[in-house]
Amino acid sequence: MAGRWKNDLSENDVTPEGSYLSRRSLLAGMAGVGLAGVTGLPTAAKAEALKANTFEEITSYNNFYEFGTGKDDPAKNAHMLTTAPWTVKIDGMVDKPGDYQFEDIMAKMTIEERLYRFRCVEAWSMVVPWNGFELADLLSMAGVQSGAKYVAFETLYRPEEMPGQKTRVLKWPYVEGLRLDEAMHPLTIMATGIYGKDIPNQNGAPLRLVVPWKYGFKSIKSVVRITLTDKEPPTSWNRANGREYGFYSNVNPEVDHPRWSQASERRIGGGLFAKRVPTLKFNGYETEVASLYDGMDLSKFY
Amino acid sequence: MIDRLNRYARKLPTWAVYLIGFVPMPFLFWQGIDGQLGVDPVKALEHEYGELALQLLIVGLAITPARRHLGLNLLKFRRAIGLLSFFYVLAHLLVWAALDVQTLSAVWADILKRPYITIGMAGFALLLPLALTSNNRSVRRLGAGWRKLHKLTYPAVLLGGVHYIWLVKGWQVEPVIYMAVILSLLMLRLPKRRPRSAPA
Repeated sequence: MAGRWKNDLSENDVTPEGSYLSRRSLLAGMAGVGLAGVTGLPTAAKAEALKANTFEEITSYNNFYEFGTGKDDPAKNAHMLTTAPWTVKIDGMVDKPGDYQFEDIMAKMTIEERLYRFRCVEAWSMVVPWNGFELADLLSMAGVQSGAKYVAFETLYRPEEMPGQKTRVLKWPYVEGLRLDEAMHPLTIMATGIYGKDIPNQNGAPLRLVVPWKYGFKSIKSVVRITLTDKEPPTSWNRANGREYGFYSNVNPEVDHPRWSQASERRIGGGLFAKRVPTLKFNGYETEVASLYDGMDLSKFY
Repeated sequence: MIDRLNRYARKLPTWAVYLIGFVPMPFLFWQGIDGQLGVDPVKALEHEYGELALQLLIVGLAITPARRHLGLNLLKFRRAIGLLSFFYVLAHLLVWAALDVQTLSAVWADILKRPYITIGMAGFALLLPLALTSNNRSVRRLGAGWRKLHKLTYPAVLLGGVHYIWLVKGWQVEPVIYMAVILSLLMLRLPKRRPRSAPA
């Protein structure tokens, strides 16, 4: 199942960051030329959107409320988290429920590099070179039973190592969910690395979900439990404010957040005078995922 | 202790307060250009100016109760604090409009459509006449009306506090603390209830 989706740029997994960047920008530019014909977008916009952010940017500006609500709190506090040993409980409607050791999972999965756009619901964005495996492979390993329709995820709850969990900004533990077809989609990965290095704690070590066509908060971090179910599972931000955050939360420039516009975004890394860039429907992955939502009113199922 | 503070305050010229108060504005801007405000300098600068504005408004609100209840006399700095807070609100607004939202039509749409921005703008609108009438001539010309007019600070600060609570995701600690401080300072101003028997 691995390798069902190819990056706009094709490259090896482990490349040192320096040479990585220069080659990456070049290739991103070329990919842009190719894609522009398909989507009708201006070449420059595509090429710009695919230039990876630096490791420093990706690891210093995070929303991970378990470590505090400030963007720099996770980078400051996440060192308190111990990620070994790490167990992922897979349960619910699966053939082989159980506690899976992180190392055992890694031994069975094929790690790929995926260069994805990352769009936060707060209207900022980055481009991140993740390393990880397809969630579909993990789910197949556990054996999804026929009645299952949804996948529920849970983040670690350990207030002594996650100081933000001592506050009540959200109900802990953080939970998220996907429809089964979304979870099985080749774009959906469990990320375990960035730039070929182990994923830093502030980005959701040792493994986190990445669903690139949805707002960032759907991509739940530091996952300890995955449950297959036949009912739509509760999700943290929806529970906190259902009017503002829906279960689907697909990136959509046509459906505004009640408090701000989603039509454009600030690309992180452009400095004080950077121009905003238009937000792409499904975050630029419309060709790949739009069919999942055929016939659905996306302003109703936001 | 209070006496000593009052002595220092008497010696401190108001221009020094203006100077100290203004320095962070260009300094933060330069830090933003220089990459010292993190990887998202637009939001950082917007928040820094907004938070400083709110802090200055709160200090301004505290001056009268500080004299009444603690005997600390900082009245001569009140105009400087008020004007500084106005200029930080203005800087906050300009960073938001010019560097964050960037297009005038979108700025206008946000002001009309987004309640927390409407509230922030309303607060700014209330502060505008106060800044314009902060000169000695206006104080003389408006007479008793000046004091009345400048009571607009109270709703303006309240709107600022609500704006902050409303713009963050979820219930966060910091904006709630700001609001609590604002409310207690305003409460100190409520007229004390007098016994009914007292002649009017």
